[in-house]
Amino acid sequence: MSAPNKSYDPVEVEALKPEEIDRAVQEALGAIAAAGDLEALREVKAAHAGDRSPLALANREIGALPPHAKAEAGKRVGQARGAVNKALKARQEELERERDERVLVEEAVDVTLPYDRAPRGARHPLTTLSERVEDIFVAMGYEVAEGPEVETEWFNFDALNLGPDHPARTMQDTFFVQGRHADGSAAGEDSGVVLRTHTSPVQIRSLLDRELPVYVICPGRVYRTDELDATHTPVFTQVELLAIDEGLTMADLKGTLDHMVASLFGEGLGTRLRPSYFPFTEPSAEMDMVCFVCRGASVGDPEHPCRTCGSEGWIELGGCGMVNPRVLTACGVDPERYSGFAFGFGIERMLMFRHNVEDMRDMVEGDVRFALPFGMEI
Amino acid sequence: MRAPLSWLREYVDLPASETGRAVAARLISAGLEVETVEQTGAGLKGPLIVGKVLAIEELTEFKKPIRYCQVDVGSANGTGEPQNIICGATNFAVGDKVVVILPGGVLPGGFEIGSRKTYGRLSEGMICSERELGMGEDHDGIMVLPPEHEVGTDAIELLQLVDEVLDIAVTPDRGYCLSMRGLARETATAYGVPLRDPALLDVPAPNAQGYAVSVSDPLGCDRFTARTVAGLRPDAVSPIWLRRRLQKAGMRPVSLPVDITNYVMLELGQPLHAYDRSRVDGPIGVRRAEQGEKLTTLDGTDRALDPEDLVITDNRGPIGLAGVMGGAETEIAHGTDGGEAAGARPTSDVVIEAAHFDSVAVARTARRHKLSSEASRRFERGVDPEAAAAAAQRTVDLLVLLGGGTAEPGVTEIRTPSGPRTIKMAAGHPDRVAGVRYGREIVVRRLQQVGCDVYGEVATGGTTRGADGEEELTVTVPSWRPDLTDPNDLAEEVIRLEGYENLPSTLPRPLPGRGLTERQRLHRRVGRALAGAGFVETQSYPFLGEAALDGLGLDADDFRRTTVRLVNPLSDEEPGLRTTLLPGLLAALRRNLGRGSQDGEHLALFETGLVFLPREGAGSVAERLPVDARPSAERLAGQDAALPAQPRHAAVVLAGARERSGWWGKGRPAGWADAVEAARTVAREAGAELTVESAQFAPWHPGRCAALHVTLNGERVLVGHAGELHPRALKALGLPQRTCAMELDLDAVARAGGASVAAPEVSTYPVATQDVALVVDASVPAAEVEQALRSGAGRLLESLRLFDVFTGEQLGAGRKSLAYALRFRAADRTLKAEEATAARDAAVAAAVERTGAELRS
Repeated sequence: MSAPNKSYDPVEVEALKPEEIDRAVQEALGAIAAAGDLEALREVKAAHAGDRSPLALANREIGALPPHAKAEAGKRVGQARGAVNKALKARQEELERERDERVLVEEAVDVTLPYDRAPRGARHPLTTLSERVEDIFVAMGYEVAEGPEVETEWFNFDALNLGPDHPARTMQDTFFVQGRHADGSAAGEDSGVVLRTHTSPVQIRSLLDRELPVYVICPGRVYRTDELDATHTPVFTQVELLAIDEGLTMADLKGTLDHMVASLFGEGLGTRLRPSYFPFTEPSAEMDMVCFVCRGASVGDPEHPCRTCGSEGWIELGGCGMVNPRVLTACGVDPERYSGFAFGFGIERMLMFRHNVEDMRDMVEGDVRFALPFGMEI
Repeated sequence: MRAPLSWLREYVDLPASETGRAVAARLISAGLEVETVEQTGAGLKGPLIVGKVLAIEELTEFKKPIRYCQVDVGSANGTGEPQNIICGATNFAVGDKVVVILPGGVLPGGFEIGSRKTYGRLSEGMICSERELGMGEDHDGIMVLPPEHEVGTDAIELLQLVDEVLDIAVTPDRGYCLSMRGLARETATAYGVPLRDPALLDVPAPNAQGYAVSVSDPLGCDRFTARTVAGLRPDAVSPIWLRRRLQKAGMRPVSLPVDITNYVMLELGQPLHAYDRSRVDGPIGVRRAEQGEKLTTLDGTDRALDPEDLVITDNRGPIGLAGVMGGAETEIAHGTDGGEAAGARPTSDVVIEAAHFDSVAVARTARRHKLSSEASRRFERGVDPEAAAAAAQRTVDLLVLLGGGTAEPGVTEIRTPSGPRTIKMAAGHPDRVAGVRYGREIVVRRLQQVGCDVYGEVATGGTTRGADGEEELTVTVPSWRPDLTDPNDLAEEVIRLEGYENLPSTLPRPLPGRGLTERQRLHRRVGRALAGAGFVETQSYPFLGEAALDGLGLDADDFRRTTVRLVNPLSDEEPGLRTTLLPGLLAALRRNLGRGSQDGEHLALFETGLVFLPREGAGSVAERLPVDARPSAERLAGQDAALPAQPRHAAVVLAGARERSGWWGKGRPAGWADAVEAARTVAREAGAELTVESAQFAPWHPGRCAALHVTLNGERVLVGHAGELHPRALKALGLPQRTCAMELDLDAVARAGGASVAAPEVSTYPVATQDVALVVDASVPAAEVEQALRSGAGRLLESLRLFDVFTGEQLGAGRKSLAYALRFRAADRTLKAEEATAARDAAVAAAVERTGAELRS
């Protein structure tokens, strides 16, 4: 390293000559542009911007210049180093971007690979359809009521105006529960306890337990002694509705049914009530809705049959009616003041026509292939 | 009830062009369940005529007898020459009148008739049987007509082959519609035209010369009419029109007297019985059966009678089950039809019974003897008591007309006096039930159409049935409508005749509801959480048998073997109700595997549902409470006490892979820990803290079974078990080894949970992490070590996680190392290293003290 030397003429210092500086810059820029990858650029950087590069050496010579020459030389060298560093930085970024792009391409995967490592589950469509119906009425202000599946005959029959000799009582093929005495011995067949044949006993429990007015929806499992086949099952799911208030009418029943059908199947589907008979309602009716698939267009058109409604144009939903005042009396509700309506239908049947289930056995056998497509909600 | 449209038209003037479907639509709207409208003779095309058999050549060279016949068909074949026809039946003779279809004709079902070579002869047409003509199921041979019918007569018209039959499912309240009379009334009302009531007959007054009858149970039998007809022609048979109406209504013609009683029953709804007078010994009686009495009914069954059975008697004892079925001993001999009353000469004199029996008595007897008849179906639903005399008269008339008998002058009639039944109803009641303003005029007119007499008066206060000043109607209901007892019954009549389809649609406005209960929300959450964890929900039947419990390997005295038992199970193999969800779930698992879910595939199922646990020391017989008022709280509590406990359980089963293998690497088989985790999932949803400890409990693997506890009111409560199932049980059940299961009492878990969550303080100061490895005896449960660490670590501990379990020689036999990561953090400051270390040391010290752990360095 040279010490300041007054005898030196600045112009005599070779490295600080403008033409030398320019040449060093041109060489550096050429080398930078020629560097093909980051490794080459690192070498270029060492050669042209490193401690032993011409410009660094030139810079060191500045200190030996007389003060009046220092400024000019300093400025010249500084500008030169700046240009080189700028070019280096630009090239560095350029080469890094190229490298990154190359790496990202190399890291590419086949995103279409399946990934069923932890398979999903599903809820049973009978559960979710029942919940969907419940939600419609909960949104209207109804509450969901539940009750036991093993039930006394009084709740299941008598309180519902189904007396011991009522013909309807034999029509409903009932599972009877064996009685037991307190010591565990058999108490014969006439125990007064059955598997509930409908969720109507929950209506009785609601009327006994709740404050009036009562607006409840009663979903649950019910039992009848049918053998399992494509269209029957001894264990099935019912949803019943009960509304008891002052001044309720059959028109209210019809409006409530209309609302449910619109909520489940879309707007604009007609419903109809047909007179029928149930001991627990008077007047009683069967409820039908216009087929949501063909909207009645398949009737009398054998070219375009409708599977859903059997080309009837109507789909049977279930039974309904105005709660028989005798039922209210049995529950201690004054029938002179209160009236109301009830309806009920089978979730299995609704699932069948709403989702084209061909065979009821699919709902009871627990085959995962049946439930999986229905997912979490229906 | 099957109602031929042609028959219906006899009582109601319907427009000539009105189709069966159109009538059905009107009747459906009026509340009758018309299930089908059958087109009899659909597709039938003539020429179908009466022919006379001129000659028969028996062809014997075939396996069965074949006849080559010449049949006179008059000019129907265009030539007047006899028609040559091959026939396989042999129940006819030369000179018989038969029904012939000629080439070009089409039989019902689209069977076209042509000339064809068969059995070596040319057959030009066919001699028809009843079944081929769609008349009935009779196929014993071809139909032989009475001789009076002319050759060449069009048989389509003669046999009334083309008709429409409405098949109507009659609801229990409309017994009167089990008759043409009742259906005609509904049809007439629906069309607004008058009814020709077939029950309006002149009936002679009762007298003392009739057949002796004594009714000793006037409650069981309040009407008994007996008439006698003598001198029936032995060769009298039912004419075609009578046979055809019976056939269309779904009954088989038997013999003239029986056919007539059936016909009158169909026409008027009154079940009748005809006795062969020569076989009845002395006066007819009506009473309850005596203990030990027996009766052979018409169907040939010997029946031991119950003292509650209402019976018809003669001097020898019971000769019939009143209103259900007659006895074989007094059966009508079947005349030329060759009756089953073997050896008897044809009945000449008959006693006709037209009685009214108590519906409950008949229903009980029919149920007791499992014997439902046309008569019992009608009596159970209610028969018009005032129709008995007319029905007896109609039967007499037909026996005289068709059987050549003589009506004897004696008329026996026993009546228990009864007044007309009236209902008081506010005139506006139907309006209030329907939500429609009908007005008094419509209400009264509709009730009159039903057959009611209606009188109105303005209430002067004090009535409970309407507002003060509102008119109160006194409605006398017709004798054929025993179902009309309450004002709502009358309202229904008005509303249905005005048309349910005309009801408006309005929405009530309930009070605001409170939404789902916590319990209901929990059930949904549990379902979603388990489905989210890969389980598929099943809904199994709750029927349970010994075999399933044996398969699980339960001890003889296991509480789950004490089941609620059914009197009438679907299968004798499964007479009980489930005490556990596992049998149903495991059966579903097996079914899935059997259907090709491969070994090693993922299979995880869950179910939530009730189990049924008999209450120890409690009886299960429920009182039959009255229904005239709300029962007392005590009696209602008695009802619930008779029921078993019915808690809701949640259960899962797993087999195969929990995680599948694939391009990402190896899979992982489902194991005991997945079953325990399913229990934790359920508990987490419930907000309940679940503690797990090892246990031995069937059907689980004794070394891989977790007992699950919650804390309820400060007490630890066992709520279920989880883990791997016992290899022996899996073998017995035909399930793969290592199958796992969990079952817990969801109701108990729900009770333990549900506390509201207190939000944690989220500290923003840095965390201090300390790892410790503790060596303990292999038998020490990790849960205990963790609990000790937690209690020792104090409140600076933010979280603790077991990240490794290690066993190896360097630890010594029967030892294991548990490695925990402890994270410490303070809410208000950065912890100093010494603080974290002190907390860790305290945690370790607690573990050392409580579990004998050694710190592994």
